[in-house]
Amino acid sequence: MALLEIKNLHANVDGTEILKGINLVVEPGEVHAVMGPNGSGKSTLSYVLAGREGYEVTAGEVLYKGTNLLEMAPEERAREGVFLAFQYPVEIPGVGTMTFLRTAVNAVRKHRGLPEYDAMQFLKVVREKAKALNIPDEMLKRAVNTGFSGGEKKRAEALQAALLDPAMMILDETDSGLDIDALRLVAESFDAMRDAQRSMLVITHYQRILHYLVPDKVHVLARGQIMRSGGKELAEELEAKGYAEFVGEAA
Amino acid sequence: MTNLKPEHAVAEREAYKYGFVTDIESDTAPKGLNEDIIRFISAKKEEPEWLLEWRLRAYRLWLEMEEPTWAKVKFPPIDYQDSYYYAAPKVKDRPQSLDEVDPKLLETYDKLGIPLSEQKVLAGVAVDAVFDSVSVATTYKKKLEEHGIIFCAISEAVREHPELVKKYLGSVVPYSDNTYATLNSAVFTDGTFVYVPEGVRCPMELSTYFRINAEKTGQFERTLIVADKGSYVSYLEGCTAPQRDENQLHAAVVEIVALDDAEVKYSTVQNWYPGDEEGRGGIYNFVTKRGACRGRNSKISWTQVETGSAITWKYPSCILQGDNSQGEFYSVAITNNMQQADTGTKMIHIGKNTRSRIVSKGIAAGRSDQTYRGLVRILPKAEGARNHTQCDSLLIGDQCGAHTVPYIESRNPSARLEHEATTSKISEDQLFYARARGLSDEEAVALIVNGFCREVLQHLPMEFAVEAQKLVAISLEGSVG
Amino acid sequence: MSTSEALAKADTGAPPYLDALADLGGRLPHGPDWLDDLRGRGRAAYAAEGLPTRKTEAWKYTAVAKAGAFTHAELAPPAAIDGARGADFGLESWRLVLVNGRVRPEMSALEGLPEGVTVAGLADTLAHAPERLRPHLGGVLGLEAMPLAALNTAYLGDGAFVHVPRGVVLDRPVQIVSLGAAGEAPVMFHPRHLLVLEDGAAATVVETHVGGGRYFANTVTEVALGHGARLAHAKMQDEGPEAVHVAACAVRLAENAAYDGLVLHTGARLARHELRAEIAGPGAACTMNGAFLADGNRHVDNTLFIDHAAPNGSSRQVFRGVLDDAARGVYQGKVLVERPAQKTDAHQLSRALLLSRGAEMDAKPELEIYADDVKCGHGATTGELDTAHLFYLRGRGVDLPTARRMLVEAFIADIIDAFPDATVREAFAGRVGAWLDGHAEAAR
Repeated sequence: MALLEIKNLHANVDGTEILKGINLVVEPGEVHAVMGPNGSGKSTLSYVLAGREGYEVTAGEVLYKGTNLLEMAPEERAREGVFLAFQYPVEIPGVGTMTFLRTAVNAVRKHRGLPEYDAMQFLKVVREKAKALNIPDEMLKRAVNTGFSGGEKKRAEALQAALLDPAMMILDETDSGLDIDALRLVAESFDAMRDAQRSMLVITHYQRILHYLVPDKVHVLARGQIMRSGGKELAEELEAKGYAEFVGEAA
Repeated sequence: MTNLKPEHAVAEREAYKYGFVTDIESDTAPKGLNEDIIRFISAKKEEPEWLLEWRLRAYRLWLEMEEPTWAKVKFPPIDYQDSYYYAAPKVKDRPQSLDEVDPKLLETYDKLGIPLSEQKVLAGVAVDAVFDSVSVATTYKKKLEEHGIIFCAISEAVREHPELVKKYLGSVVPYSDNTYATLNSAVFTDGTFVYVPEGVRCPMELSTYFRINAEKTGQFERTLIVADKGSYVSYLEGCTAPQRDENQLHAAVVEIVALDDAEVKYSTVQNWYPGDEEGRGGIYNFVTKRGACRGRNSKISWTQVETGSAITWKYPSCILQGDNSQGEFYSVAITNNMQQADTGTKMIHIGKNTRSRIVSKGIAAGRSDQTYRGLVRILPKAEGARNHTQCDSLLIGDQCGAHTVPYIESRNPSARLEHEATTSKISEDQLFYARARGLSDEEAVALIVNGFCREVLQHLPMEFAVEAQKLVAISLEGSVG
Repeated sequence: MSTSEALAKADTGAPPYLDALADLGGRLPHGPDWLDDLRGRGRAAYAAEGLPTRKTEAWKYTAVAKAGAFTHAELAPPAAIDGARGADFGLESWRLVLVNGRVRPEMSALEGLPEGVTVAGLADTLAHAPERLRPHLGGVLGLEAMPLAALNTAYLGDGAFVHVPRGVVLDRPVQIVSLGAAGEAPVMFHPRHLLVLEDGAAATVVETHVGGGRYFANTVTEVALGHGARLAHAKMQDEGPEAVHVAACAVRLAENAAYDGLVLHTGARLARHELRAEIAGPGAACTMNGAFLADGNRHVDNTLFIDHAAPNGSSRQVFRGVLDDAARGVYQGKVLVERPAQKTDAHQLSRALLLSRGAEMDAKPELEIYADDVKCGHGATTGELDTAHLFYLRGRGVDLPTARRMLVEAFIADIIDAFPDATVREAFAGRVGAWLDGHAEAAR
């Protein structure tokens, strides 16, 4: 059974149709890149999958592990293993990072029938994962994403992914706002999470993240539809030729 | 401000360049106020019985009302019996064309920069000129009639379009609203009526020019603007008065009704005589202005530049009844010498997704006192309402006062209100920078103050904006150094 | 209105709560003539204004006159005290306890105060050393337009007197616990506190208000800060759910003095905290932060008046409130900058979260400015929880009620975290958590 199956997905934002019939199947263990120009609907796709309010699905369906994903509340999706790494992680002043992480991890663990961590155990777990991502204790003491640089925010997203142990990761423009070293660190940490069961949807404008996170399949999203699909060589072709060919065509 | 012609500006202004008196014989009612005077006014205007009754009801109520005391303004009690309630330039009949208008009047308006004669009229602006208690001329009437737009003196509208007047008069500002509005309802003498029919976009700016000339005369004009479904109109108002030692009362009422999808833009440049440096004389500008966004998606936008008057008491407001309706208030108020201004707005959110925006820029100089007073009220059904308010005050010199008194009331959780206010003086760095580039103190202040007001001034129609900028500079003369 | 006219008006019996003076007069602590005089002025000022109604501008949003009728606590049968229930919030402190406005030495703990520092009952001090009170009692608070503070003055009898001599720094908080206890009859009482910090002294004072039954606590606190003195003044308003709490705190700051105020409202049916601070000396700094959590039909009013009378002063107020059900919050903050107060830096911010239909927030942040070289501003926002924040938290598996609670707690925590004393921060944060637990429980 496919892990994620998107069938003829149509979605509106503020009454305007952004997604116009997306079809996509992701098998367990696969990494798919969804590439496209600005305004093609890439972020809309990621928000629809994560369940953000204001994104209205008008037709089609999304099956996750064979069940209807669209009927689930955002937190249910997260607990079932859908993880969205945000392009712009929101700052939440006042909410401590550790409190937030522990609440989230324990909610997910409880759902999966695993014992919840106490504060001391959790600190140990976090420190271990944080170290690999070069996240100092000082960052963990601050409020969620508050005052973080672009690179720190993306590293914090990677840390959350590592802690929540998702099955379906959606990485929304993870490379935006990152310099080359930070990109490598974050992308490699995602790459290290690849295994036979875990799948990823890497949403990106540029090809560079795909050097570290080599996709099994590449799709071109333009004007709300998948225009072409291929192997990793398609990404290189796009890098060389740009999106002009897809933007220019009439729908 | 008065001057619609940009080039006609700053030059040799002494204290107040519109302070001259026109020597014209006038027809006045006896001094004082009583029911007979009201009957006299009503008879002069050949009004129907219902209107006289309405006036008398207002008058009787007014006798029992007290003047509001909440505003931060001080003045001795007004002796309402020591004033004339009707003064009109003497003419046999209302002139049928401009050729019949007394040349002295035309000359007055020329001097004010508002030429009324057809050869000289301002392109793109139709003007209704109100002199003391009556409308003396209205330009471009014919052209507007072709579009079905009614633009005339309100006394004329009472005669010619009684059904419209009866339907809307007092429907936004009821005669019982407040002392000054109630007094106006009893004694209003003239003013402007505008009706824009369904779907019509008014092809030119409409403008009323108010002039108080006669001594000891109160001016009580009443303006009523009705924008029918899907229509648009932009309306400008300007005013001046002669320089006199006494205080004259100007208690006007403006009512605006916007139906579905209609938009009304109302711009005022208020330059009534402000009194002299010691605070002698000047106009008491106690005005009630209110617009009702009755229809869905309707919009009313107030823009005001307040530089004149000894005392200003004025809160152009919007009642946002229709879903998705919008209200705006953009204000620049400048007070100098002994002027007092208490001005602001009210935005009452009733309908869903109603939006309002308030930008108020206050500049106090000399020994003046200035207050922004505003109310934003979100009623329980105003789902998704939004308000943004920005109030900034500048103080020039250490003898003036600038105050901010906002009331922010929210009764809907989905409404979002943001209010911000600042008070400061002109930045020394900016002043120094401007002076290092060769500007004098006064020029530098004028430049910076204009920058401070920019966000508001840009909402004025072009002709007004240029002139308003000059007026800002003039109003601050003598405030630096 | 002159005193005699006001008294004449009072004698006609118009405003309530003065009639008990005759019965109670004999039982109020006796003192020197100046004390009678002060009470007389309070009586006259109250008689002139009466109980404020919605027509009184300063009480526009708070209908205290409709709070019901109360008997003076001394004239009502004594009620059982449910005072042990953690009224001190576990705070390690010197403690003075009042029940219905009267000091209870047996419940207080004042051992080991540093040499020269006084924490005593006001009645006791009036009896034994009234001259120590004279310089400031009734001298910091103006009675004009403060009818309830005037009523408190008319009944001035007991409360706390804290005096920290020159240069002394207290190393743990002084806590003033005010317990209200009403039986069948609703009762009213008027605690009166005086806090004096001499030049260079520093202290943390915590006022805690708790109780049970229908009572009206009408508290006045006067604070006089000497040159360079620093007072951290926290107040936990956790009155019983049927209580009415009206408090006025008047602060005078001498040169370079600093006042750090914090108020947390979690209790009372109707509460009003009013601060009147006078920046009387150059360079003084006044901070007054506050937070409130209200549900049901509760009403919380915070009214501040900061008078910058001297140059180079600064003032900061940040208030945050969370309103659920049909609760109503009020913020009225006025900053007056007088002509000599050049270089004043003043800012106020009011933020409210409305969590449900029926909740209401009214804000009136006001500036009155007569000096030109100043930096003054205010901001006010009202809205609901940020949907982007909620989505982010839910996207990590946190359920909606927990996500909401986390955001609400964080919203309030910012206010408490700004207070200088760590033990107070901890106690207050604990109270916020407990309130949210209780609220979540009630919602279930």
